Amino acid sequence: MSRRLPWGAMARMTGRRALAAVPVLLAVTLAVFAVAAASPFDPVKAYAGTAGLTASQENLDQLRANLGADQPLLTRWWDWLTAAVTGDLGDSSVMRRPVAEVITERLGWSVLLAVTAFAVAIVLGTLLGVLAGRRRGGLLDRAVSSAAYTLEAAPAFWLGLLAIWFFALKLGVLPAGGLTDTASDTVTADQVARHLVLPALVLGISQLPWFFLYVRQGVGDALDEDPVRGARARGLSRRTVLTGHALRSGMLPMLTLVGSRVPELITGALLVETVFSWPGIAAATVQAATSVDFPLLAALTVLATAAVLLGNLLSDLLYGLADPRVGFDG
Amino acid sequence: MADRRTHRLRLWTSAVTVGVVLLAVLLVPPLVQLDEQAVDLSQKLLPPSWDHPFGTDDLGRDLLLRCVYGLRISLLVGLVAALVATVVGTAVGAAAGALGGWTDRCLMRLVDAFSSVPHLLLGIFVVALFRPGVWPVIASVAVTHWLSTARIVRSEVLSLRTRPFVDAAVSGGASRWRVTVRHLLPAVLPQAGLAAVLMVPHAMWHESALSFLGLGLPSHQASLGNLVQNARSSLLAGDWWPTLFPGLLLIVPTLAIAGLAGVWRDRLNPRRRSELML
Repeated sequence: MSRRLPWGAMARMTGRRALAAVPVLLAVTLAVFAVAAASPFDPVKAYAGTAGLTASQENLDQLRANLGADQPLLTRWWDWLTAAVTGDLGDSSVMRRPVAEVITERLGWSVLLAVTAFAVAIVLGTLLGVLAGRRRGGLLDRAVSSAAYTLEAAPAFWLGLLAIWFFALKLGVLPAGGLTDTASDTVTADQVARHLVLPALVLGISQLPWFFLYVRQGVGDALDEDPVRGARARGLSRRTVLTGHALRSGMLPMLTLVGSRVPELITGALLVETVFSWPGIAAATVQAATSVDFPLLAALTVLATAAVLLGNLLSDLLYGLADPRVGFDG
Repeated sequence: MADRRTHRLRLWTSAVTVGVVLLAVLLVPPLVQLDEQAVDLSQKLLPPSWDHPFGTDDLGRDLLLRCVYGLRISLLVGLVAALVATVVGTAVGAAAGALGGWTDRCLMRLVDAFSSVPHLLLGIFVVALFRPGVWPVIASVAVTHWLSTARIVRSEVLSLRTRPFVDAAVSGGASRWRVTVRHLLPAVLPQAGLAAVLMVPHAMWHESALSFLGLGLPSHQASLGNLVQNARSSLLAGDWWPTLFPGLLLIVPTLAIAGLAGVWRDRLNPRRRSELML
């Protein structure tokens, strides 16, 4: 394993991808503004709120000019973009704070939730996948596979609600939502940990079927491969064959593809954070959408796109490392 | 062969489930003269019993009836959205594959750009700006789901273009349009149809998620997502049935449709008897 890492090739690939990401992100921001311009949404009315109903047309026009909403689409987009590059993403109307502040404050909690959920999915998925892949068509395999398909069809918000009912209301062992206890006004590690358990489990379990099916397939296929047969023929123990040979070639593709699961993770987080009132950016996205908070919604959409592109890059880098035949040309 | 037996079993259970669901959704509303909106506060939050197999909700409405209406709406939205997405995807994929060159490159970059925004987020964005109503939901589902169909159709068209029957048509003097419409499109339709069928449960899932977040259908329409959303307050009071049953009604048709589509895929492509993936 003490192979020298191909840093140069990896850096070149990262650079190429960063260059390719620029037009995609530009296109997404422009599309975001174009959709908003085509929609019945009026930024002036959204900004003025109920006061807009009684305000005079003169005041509204003044507000429109102040907000820059009377400018053509391309001008507004360009103004937003140049401001965004300097870190000014506008003000969120629903949070009543600058968008950049909302994101920096909430991003950490979302990352914590996502990483824990991925860890749950990887550990459980690998464990079950190996057990099921070892004897495909066996009782355990059929039971777990059916459960995985059912789970894949189950919406994450529904799983979350049932988990709240069972663990928080029926058993009363875990809190139903939020980040800290209602009475507490400080954020302590053990409170966060207890509040993290349910959302992370639900998000992890909603991602589990994919990991499980992938490991099961990989291990099952690897057990049929020549090197594994050879190892068996040489009389190595079942355990050594499984962990040393089949698991390694069966799991590498799964681990490398973790990065490409970012879109599904974001989709799950949107639902799970809302169900559990987790103070992350996904829950903020839903709030921004329900109250048509355009600056926040636009920034979060672009951020999510960047996260997906980053995940793709990470997964391609890992894949190139794991399988040198693939290389870093993409 | 045990394998073939489970295969047959899967086909039949899926077919029967889809049949029952379709019959219920089509026949119950016109035949049963019951009002799913009928409020009876003396009957509120009754647990499942013989009178109310799924129990009643917080306004005393029968949940089984509301679930059937919910499934009807969700299925309808899913079908229309899948149809729109398939038409758009097939048109884009066929154009990219048949025209090639710059058109192909531009269209495929467009597909790539679309797929780098997470589906539900893009859906939320569209619905947030255009809601409320059924059409924004359908549009938001369609706009996020045509990508895979476009990819499938394009690659099918690309592989079909090298076949002798296309060469024969071209040397017979057929125009590019005629070759595409008369020779290429009919050959891709089975694949596109399969993708459309598999898309229906996904579109239903999407609609439910949007409705659950309060961004989907207007809340008086009993879609499955709205039912779960409305049940939240009852759930926090400890009553589980208004939440459980709408979710189950989303899972069961999904699995049945996926099962049927899996059988269809095996017929289309017997070499790849893969796992049924949702």
